[in-house]
This record gives sequence, structure tokens and C-alpha cells, in this order.
Amino acid sequence: MITFIVRRLLGAVLMLLVVSMVTFAVFFLVPRIAGQTTDQLATQYVGRNPSVTQIHAMEVKLGLDQPIYVQYGRFLKGIVAGADYDAGPDRTHCPAPCFGYSFKNQQPVWPQMLSALPVTGSLAIGAAILWLVTGVGIGVLSALKRGSIFDRTAMSAALAGVSLPIFFTALLSLAIFRDSVPLFPDAGNFIPFSESPGRWAEALVLPWVTLAFLYAALYARLTRAGMLETMNEDFIRTARAKGLSERKVVVKHGLRATLTPIVTIFGLDLGLLVGGAILTETAFSLPGLGRFAVNAITNQDLPEILGVTLLAGFFVVLANLIVDVLYAVVDPRVRY
Amino acid sequence: MTDTGNWGGGQDGFVDVRPRPGEAEFYDSAPTPSDSFLELRDLRVQFPTDDGLVKSADGLSFTLERGRTLGIVGESGSGKSVTSLAIMGLHKNTRARITGEIWLDGEELVGASVERVRALRGKKMAMIFQDPLSAMHPYYTVGTQIIEAYRIHNKVSKAAARRHAVEMLDRVGIPQPGSRVDDYPHQFSGGMRQRAMIAMALSCDPELLIADEPTTALDVTVQAQILDLIRDLQQEFNSAVIIITHDLGVVAELADNIMVMYAGRTAEYGPTDDIFRRPQHPYTWGLLGSMPRLDRERADRLLPIMGTPPSLINVPSGCAFHPRCNYASLTGGRSTDEVPVLHSVDGEHSVACHLTAEQRLKAWETDIKPKL
Amino acid sequence: MKRKNAVAFAAVCAGLSLLTACGSGSSGGTGTSNNTAGAAAYNAGLNNVVNPSTKAGGTLNYALSNTPDSTDPGNTYYALMWNFSRLYARPLLTFKSAPGADGLKLIPGLATGLGKTSADGLTWTYTIQSGLKFEDGSAITTKDVKYAIERSTNYAPSVLPNGPTYFQQYLTDPTYPGAYKDTTPDKMGLKGIDTPNDTTIVFHLQHPFADFDYLVTNPQTAPVPPAKDTGSNYQTHPMSSGPYMFSTYDPNKGFTLVKNPQWSASSDPNDKQLVNTINVAFNVQAADIDSRLLNGSLDVDMDGTGVQTAARARILGNKALQVKADDATTGFLYYAALNTQVAPLNNVDCRKAIMYAVNKTTQQTAYGGPIAGGDIASTVLPPTVSGYQRADQYAATSQPNGDTAKAKSALQACGQPNGFSINIAARGDRPKEVSAAQGIQEALAQVGIKAQIQQYPTGSYYSTYAGVPNFVHQHDLGIILGGWGADWPDGFGFLSQIVDGRAIKAAGNSNLQEENNPQVNQLLDKATQTSDATARNKIYAQIDQIVMSDATILPEVYSKALLYRSPNVTNAFVTEAYGMYDYTQLGKA
Repeated sequence: MITFIVRRLLGAVLMLLVVSMVTFAVFFLVPRIAGQTTDQLATQYVGRNPSVTQIHAMEVKLGLDQPIYVQYGRFLKGIVAGADYDAGPDRTHCPAPCFGYSFKNQQPVWPQMLSALPVTGSLAIGAAILWLVTGVGIGVLSALKRGSIFDRTAMSAALAGVSLPIFFTALLSLAIFRDSVPLFPDAGNFIPFSESPGRWAEALVLPWVTLAFLYAALYARLTRAGMLETMNEDFIRTARAKGLSERKVVVKHGLRATLTPIVTIFGLDLGLLVGGAILTETAFSLPGLGRFAVNAITNQDLPEILGVTLLAGFFVVLANLIVDVLYAVVDPRVRY
Repeated sequence: MTDTGNWGGGQDGFVDVRPRPGEAEFYDSAPTPSDSFLELRDLRVQFPTDDGLVKSADGLSFTLERGRTLGIVGESGSGKSVTSLAIMGLHKNTRARITGEIWLDGEELVGASVERVRALRGKKMAMIFQDPLSAMHPYYTVGTQIIEAYRIHNKVSKAAARRHAVEMLDRVGIPQPGSRVDDYPHQFSGGMRQRAMIAMALSCDPELLIADEPTTALDVTVQAQILDLIRDLQQEFNSAVIIITHDLGVVAELADNIMVMYAGRTAEYGPTDDIFRRPQHPYTWGLLGSMPRLDRERADRLLPIMGTPPSLINVPSGCAFHPRCNYASLTGGRSTDEVPVLHSVDGEHSVACHLTAEQRLKAWETDIKPKL
Repeated sequence: MKRKNAVAFAAVCAGLSLLTACGSGSSGGTGTSNNTAGAAAYNAGLNNVVNPSTKAGGTLNYALSNTPDSTDPGNTYYALMWNFSRLYARPLLTFKSAPGADGLKLIPGLATGLGKTSADGLTWTYTIQSGLKFEDGSAITTKDVKYAIERSTNYAPSVLPNGPTYFQQYLTDPTYPGAYKDTTPDKMGLKGIDTPNDTTIVFHLQHPFADFDYLVTNPQTAPVPPAKDTGSNYQTHPMSSGPYMFSTYDPNKGFTLVKNPQWSASSDPNDKQLVNTINVAFNVQAADIDSRLLNGSLDVDMDGTGVQTAARARILGNKALQVKADDATTGFLYYAALNTQVAPLNNVDCRKAIMYAVNKTTQQTAYGGPIAGGDIASTVLPPTVSGYQRADQYAATSQPNGDTAKAKSALQACGQPNGFSINIAARGDRPKEVSAAQGIQEALAQVGIKAQIQQYPTGSYYSTYAGVPNFVHQHDLGIILGGWGADWPDGFGFLSQIVDGRAIKAAGNSNLQEENNPQVNQLLDKATQTSDATARNKIYAQIDQIVMSDATILPEVYSKALLYRSPNVTNAFVTEAYGMYDYTQLGKA
């Protein structure tokens, strides 16, 4: 098990390296192939109507005049050993892991991501709890009452949830519950939990519900299908033959087996989301990692793009690892 | 559904195979408690489907006493498993329609509440399933599953239940039960799993044990061990046992009586000895002929039954076996028109066949027996 | 000069203009309001202070659809920041906080009066009030003003890259290395500025420059104490000289201002200190800003570029909402540059053919119609810039659907009677610009000119594509769509970067049409040396007319934007200096 984890971690580092290289290459090589020169690139990071000296100063400052491998090496070094940065009156030190300074606002990337993380974390985890409970709950009930009115209604709603895009449901929920009936007048106006749990929750209820609606729909369908399959398994018949109550048969034997693949998907979904729930954050203007990523890309801000790509990649890799380890715990047949 | 008319209007081809003093047509009157430990009276299990009504059990009746073993034999789809699940009450809350009566130790089960039957399951009656790998929960240890079965019906501490589980594993012949109790089913071999399954079934000392194809998934050598184990345990607990199998060989040694089923109906019933020495039904002959024997030449070793088992939705008219029966022509058309009545040929031994005793004797002596 | 979107921000930029209504009687197309001051009515905020009140207290919530280029006063080129930063960084001079044309008047900020220029026009001298203090209680001196300019984008572009560089261009000592590389002990090495005492500051110019007072309205002249300067981190907490000071700052979420206790109303009659707290949220979806404005949870759309389509429809369709809206002129001109170096547009008659052929109504519709788009344009200078004189050489307003007959005869004259082929450059991520390009394409097809639309990304439009003459020539980009707003509200501020032949650059070029008419260049020089404003304005009008005769700029619309004026806000009016609400005056109802 330990060797497995170590091996996986090494693989993860390698994968993140590849991700960073690809990001780097896409950022620098693609415009270059399209004919963009480095000073043209630098023009994007200075003010309007810049002079040639101004552009050149920025090109040197950002190191864009250096060969790409030197720039990449410097980036890696910053992550491992930290970097120094010319802030003007003095050089400031950016401790490891230093993802560099934003080309746009000259602020270190790492603290910016750290400040965005709680927003995305609050959103993702809150929504995850909501969709897991409702999605699995509805899925189980639907499976047990297959063909009933409840089942049909739930599955129609689930179909809607899966089909409707987030930016539609998000805007709809805002239009209804914030603007028409001001149940949540502060929806989307993120307040840290530590500051005021009440306002934190108030701002997040609509994003949670919106995000959870999509996933709950997905999970309800998954759970229902899984339950229908599991409840036909021989071991369920055995459990009944023992004289177990139906509730115990469903929960202890049926759900237990159904949940295993769902836990896997759940882990991966959550990992992806913590890396940035782009659509939801954008629709609700939540200053999380997804929004950060969108801004970084709009601004062509390489250090920010790299930072958020690697962080998101890290979460996905981590989620994969946790799911794999968890799988060994959940399913005794799996051993590493 | 050509046969429905033949079965209508309370007229019935089945009679109780065992003579019942002073009562010939028990099903016409209000249910009378049975004196036997287990008694089935005209049990019918039907499943409505989009294609029609599936009649998995179509008027079964038999009795079984404590300490006795009944073998139910038939092809897959003949309704054996459905019957056993009906006894266990496992069709309750499904779409299955069940009529008739099941008496267990003086208690009628078809009309009993779900809760009542559930309380009996695992405690008074237990079941062993065909494939122990899929029949045991893959995520719980063997011990946990036995403990669970025990604690449903016995208010004991977990520790006590665990001791009991170890003891049960020991009794069914699992080596080092103290440590194997914490293994998962996939860590057991096939035979051990079936032993564990038996341990689980017997953990509450059930008075009725139903074994559904208990050895089908196992190696031949292990099969014998498991059958021995069941016999030993039966003697020890003095329980009634039903063994369901498609293989007459399995029940030859074990069963006191054998019931041959075909298309949800009883084709032949009788003491094991009689069934093997003087089988009456052409279908039974076929089953006997299908048994592999090592002392025969390869060419004439097997006498397979022609054709395929019938659909339970469109059961052939008259005798359900007639399309596959070599002697159907001897009945003068009765086999296609009239459902044969189960009638006694010699004491307990009874058969549902239109052939006359002479015809059956002649066919058996001249056509079948020499080839077996 | 401020150009619309030299950078990647789409929404922010439309408000970057400073506009002027100096021209007498220039009520323009702007709907004048005949309401009494204070009452809320459609367009009331253009000429009146709406909800005037001295009520203090409360919190004002601003939201921005992206992030500002910087909150550092020495490092910003966004009009919204030039407007807003006055709350914490007072420049030497500023614009009067008043609705209508009064808002373009220059008044003292830190200074005690407007600049005094020497007879040769080569020095400008300002005196600042004594006794002014930073938020930490330390005194503000002219050395802090000089230091602020030394550290700004003018001289230290590698640390603060975003602001304009006029001081570096006009003051002596243009090679000064900037405050951060200044080796003199007190870092007062810039020879272009003298500070003979703590309240006097003298600017030395290379050439006379009549508009210099406009330059010192820039937040770059707001004082920065050298000891507190943290370079690129100064944006997180600029030392306040205004009524508010920074309390929190997050580069992605926004910042909070609280009252500056060291500020006194008596030294700063132009600004107000009404609310206790000002919150600014970054990165709020533009459509969401509108919804929050309308539901009252947000007070000000800091972008100042007008509401989005959905909210516009709601506001215009509802009388109760419409009275809370102002259709403000932004001072922007949307135009198509006709490149003089791309054949056959090197022939003035071929350019004239296009001037006549294009359907101006289609262009107006493409940019959003008369309310959100603007009025059909017929000159280079918008009516709110001083120097504007009404003219219509190509019958844009009298014959808005185009004049095919004249277009065809112009084609005859240029020797292309059957038309020709040409490319149109537009920013592909701007639907309005693309649809304007399609309108041009359709209109040209009717006179036989086959135009192909080439789309480029906004972020690198000027740096890599349309702003690179070589690229333009290679790709036959004869028609280039763009927008332009002035850095300060007079003809020079608007024209110098887009029609001066000497301003053509190899990359990041704003003279898209590559106009290089010696007459124009000379007139621009003449204007900088003309101290009389009326005479200057005549020169600007003359330049405008020459450029139109050259047919290098096809004006499309004088841009307008529909602003929503929240009823939560007091003292609201549109300042013509920035084309948005005056952020220094707002209070909470």
C-alpha cells in the first residue's frame, strides 16, 4: 500500500511536470508559430499606447526575451526554491512554492490562489454534500419504487438537471430567488465563513443548489441504475433469506454495494470541482479558482494560468489517488 | 394458453400424493392446519409479464417431515427454485401472484404477513444458494455475514455471536476458523465458501433447510464433501431438508423422496428407491438416461431428452411433456388434450402420465433399462 | 492617448474617454433634461445632480466586471480609475465636480490654482496648499508630488507599466532612469521638475505645451511619500491624500476604503466624504452587475460603460426604471480607418468611394442603435470634444443610407469603375464590431467592392495585428475597425495619436490609417504653442476637416451608453470629464 502511494505520488509529480510543459508550450509556441514576436507579447502587459522602451523594459522584466527553456527552468526553480522579484524600491522574496508574479497585476500568484481556494472549496464541498445526499437518496427511492409516480417525477427532474446548462439554471435561480423574490438578496456575494457563517451560507445557497442540481440529477440516475442492478444480485436474496428487515437489506447490503462506484465518481468530480467550478463561479460572480482561471486566460497572464492549471491538476491527481486508496478500503477485493 | 381451460372450474388433476385419512379434496374447504411439518397444497406461483402470465409453479402439493430429505429434480425453468423461494416467502412484495397454501409447523405462510414470514426466515427455515460467490456479500467478511444472520434472531452480544460464528465454521469443517472468520468470501475457495454458506444457513438451527443446487458450482470431489456435510448436519439437527437439483445423481444418496418437476407441475413423486428402480414417467427415464456413468461405452452412454424445455408462458396443452415424449402416440390423443392426473402407482409412488401401467412397464423393460 | 482596448479588457474600456462639451451650444444628441434639479427622470443625471443630499454614513458598494489595471495612482490608464482614485489620491488639478459642461472645467486639487506658465511657455509652476497631510499624519510636500512622477510609468515602466508617459515625453531630462534607479541621496534626480520649497513645484518642458494643465490632472501627480513606496505592491495600499484610505485589498476580490481621518473638507471643497465605507468588488459578471444594481444590492457599476442588452431592454421598457437611467455620451468615436498604404486605397478617390458607399444607419444599428450605440458620426472629433465643429462632407447624416451614385463616380475617378477587393479587420470577440464589418461588407458589395472580413483577438489586436503596419500591408487590411477616446478633453488630446504622421509606430500603432499629411502635423505643432483656447479650437476643427477630406477616417458613431443610476445613491450626476458618474460625490440614501 505504501509503495503504491509513493509510486502514485511520483507519477503525479511527473504528470504535473508534463502539464506545466504543455501549458508553457501552448502559451509561448502557439503565438510564435502564428508569427507573434516576444515584444508583441510584452505589449499585452503594459499600458495603452506604450513606447518602444516601455515595451522592452517589460520584456526584460518578465524574461520574455530569454529562450523558452530558460524561462521554464526559472519557473520550476521558483516552485522548488522560491524566487526573488524586483518590486521597485527593493527586491521581494517569493518563498517556495513560488508560482511567479502575475504579468498583469504584479502580485505573487500563490497567495492569490490561496485566497480564491476557500471560495471554491466552500462552493464545491457544500454542493457535494447536497448532491450526494439528495442524489443518492432520490436514486435509492426511485429504484425501490420503480415505475411509481415518485420515480417518474424524480427521473424527469433528473433528466432536466442533466440537460440544463448551469449558466441557465444559475441565472434562472438568481432571477427568481434574488431579484424577484429576494430570498437570498446577497447571493453570490461571498463572505468568508470565519467572518459570518450566516452570510457565508446565504451567499452560497443558490450556487450550491444550482451546482448540486446538475450533479444530484447525475447521481440520482447513477444510483437508481446501480440499485436496480444490485437489488437483483444473489447476495441481496441471501440477505433476505437470513430474515433481515427490508430497510437493512436496502441500506446495509444494497446501498453498500451500489455506493462503491459512486464514491469513485464522487471523488473525481469533487477533485475537478475544487480545481475551479468555472461555470458556477462565473454565473454567480464568486471569486474562486474557476473565475481566477477565466480571468488569467482572458488576461493572457502566464504565471496565473500555469498556477491555476497546476493547482487544478494537483487536485485531480490527488482525488484520483484518494479514490484509489479509498477503493481498497471500501472494496476488500481490491488490493495493491 | 391452450391449457387454461383444462385447469379451470376447480377441476384439478392433482391430488395429494399421500393418502390423507377422511379427506380427499382438501382445497375445497376452509384451510385446515396441516399435521405435517411442511406441507404444500396446490401452490401456484405466477408472474405477470408483458408477454403473458408465467406459470412457474402450477399446482404443487407435497409434504415433508422433520429428519427427512426431499429431492426436487428438474431442468432449469421447471419451477424448482421458484417453489423454494415461495416457501421462504421471498416472493412477497414482488409482482409474483401466489395462491395455495404452505404449512410450516402448523402455520400457514402464503397468507401470513411479511413480517411474520421474515421472522421465520433464517430462524425456522434457511436456504443455501447455488453460487456461494455471488450469494455472499463481497464487501463483508464471512464472519460478519454469519454474525449478522445469527443476531437477527438471537439477542446476543457481538462477541458471543462471533464465538458462535467461529464454532459454526468449525462445524462445517473450515480449518483455523478463528482466523478465517475475518476473511472475505473472495479469499475462500469454492468449497469453503459453500461450507461458510451452510454455516450461515445453519447458524440459527433451522428446522427446514432448503439447498438450491448446492453443489452445481463446485468440483466433483468437493461436491461429495458438501453432500456428506449436509447429510451429517441434517442428522445432527434432525431438520427437514429440501435439495433442489437438476442432477438425479446428487439426490440419489441423500434424498428419502424425490419429486420430478416438469413445466411447473409434478411429473413423478416417490421414494428414492422406487424412482431409480421403477421410474414411471418418460421424463424421469430421460433424466436417468442423461446421467453420466463411468461403466458404459461412450456411444450409448447418454440418452438425452429430445427438444427443449417448454416456455412457461405457452405451456403445451394436455401433458406438458408430450412434444418431447417418444410414447405420446400410444395415448390415443389424450396426451395433447387432457392434463394427466397424478395418481398412485404403488403406495407413495405416483406419476402424472396417460400411459397405462402396462405400456410404461413394457417401455421401461425393453427400451430404457437395457441402455442405462 | 486612451485607445479602446489596447489590452484585453472588453467591457472596461468604453468608459475610458474624457469628453468635453466645450463647444458652445453643444447639447449634441444627448437628450437634455428639463427637469428641476434633484428629481429622478430619464437623463436627469446628465445636467442635474440627482438626489442631492448631505446625509452621511452607510456603505457604498461598487462592482467592476474585471479588475482595474491598477489601484496605484502612478500606474493606471483606466478612466474609471482616474475618476475613482481621486477618493484616495488627489492630483495637482482636477475636473470640477459638476453636471453638464461645467464638469470639464479645471480646478485646483492639491494646488492652490491653475498652472502659471512662463513667457516662453517652457515652464509651468504650481503651488500646493500648505498643511495637507497623508493618512498617517505626515505632511504632503511638493517633493512627494515630484517623487510620484519619478516613480510612475513615465520613468519606471518596468515596475509600473500601465500608465501614460506624457511627462517623460514633454519634460526635459527624458532619459531619467526613474525613482527606483535614482542614485541621488534623496531620489530627487529628475531635472525636469524642481521643488524650490515644500509648496512649489516647477515643470520644465522641452517644447511649449499649451495643454499642460490637463496633464497634471492625471493621478500620476498625486503625492507618494518615498518612505512608504513599495513599488509594485504600492497598489495594495496607496498612502491616501484624499477623503478615503485603503483598509483591505485582494487583487482578485476587490478592496475596501474607509474614511481618512487626516482629510479635511476645508482643504478639499471639491470632494465629499459622506459614506463610512466603500466596497469595490472585482470580477463580477457584467450581467450580474446589472441585476444587482436593479435589485438594489449594488450601488454603482464602476465600469461606467452602461448596462448590458438584457438590462437595457428592461430599463427602456419600464417607465419606473427609465427615470433612473442616463443615456450618457462617452466621448468615444467608433470608426473605420481607411489605410493609405494598402492599394488601391492609396488613392483618395477609392477611399471616398467607401466613405460614400457605407450605410451609416446600419453601422449605428450594429453598435447598438441610437441609445446604446450612439449618434451617427460625420466628423473625427466627437461633439463633446473642444474643437468640434459641425460638418458633414459625405452626407452621413443627411443621407444616412449611403450614396451609391457618388460612390460609383468616386470609383470612376480612382480608375476602379468595377470595384476592387479589400480586407476588413475587426475584433472577432466583439459581436458589435463584427456586425459593423458585415454592414460595411454589404454596402460595399452594392458598388462592386468585394470586402473580406478578417477577425483578430482583442487582446493582441493592436500589438500584433491591426496595430502593426507591416502586418496590415501584408494582409491587405485596407479597412480597419477601431474606437478612440481622448486622454483629455480637447482636440489635441483626441487627435494627436490618431492623425499625427509622426506617431506611426511599427507595433502598437494607433494611427491605423497611417495618415501622414504634413499639413496636419504642422497644425498639431501649432496648436501646442497656441495659448489662446479659441484659436486652438479653430486649429482642431481645421485638422478635422483636412482628415475628412483625406477620407482616411470613416466615422461611424459618437458612442453613447445607458447608465443606471441607483436610487440608493445621492448626489449622482454624469461628469463629462469621464463620461460616467462622478465617484467623488456619491453618498448613500
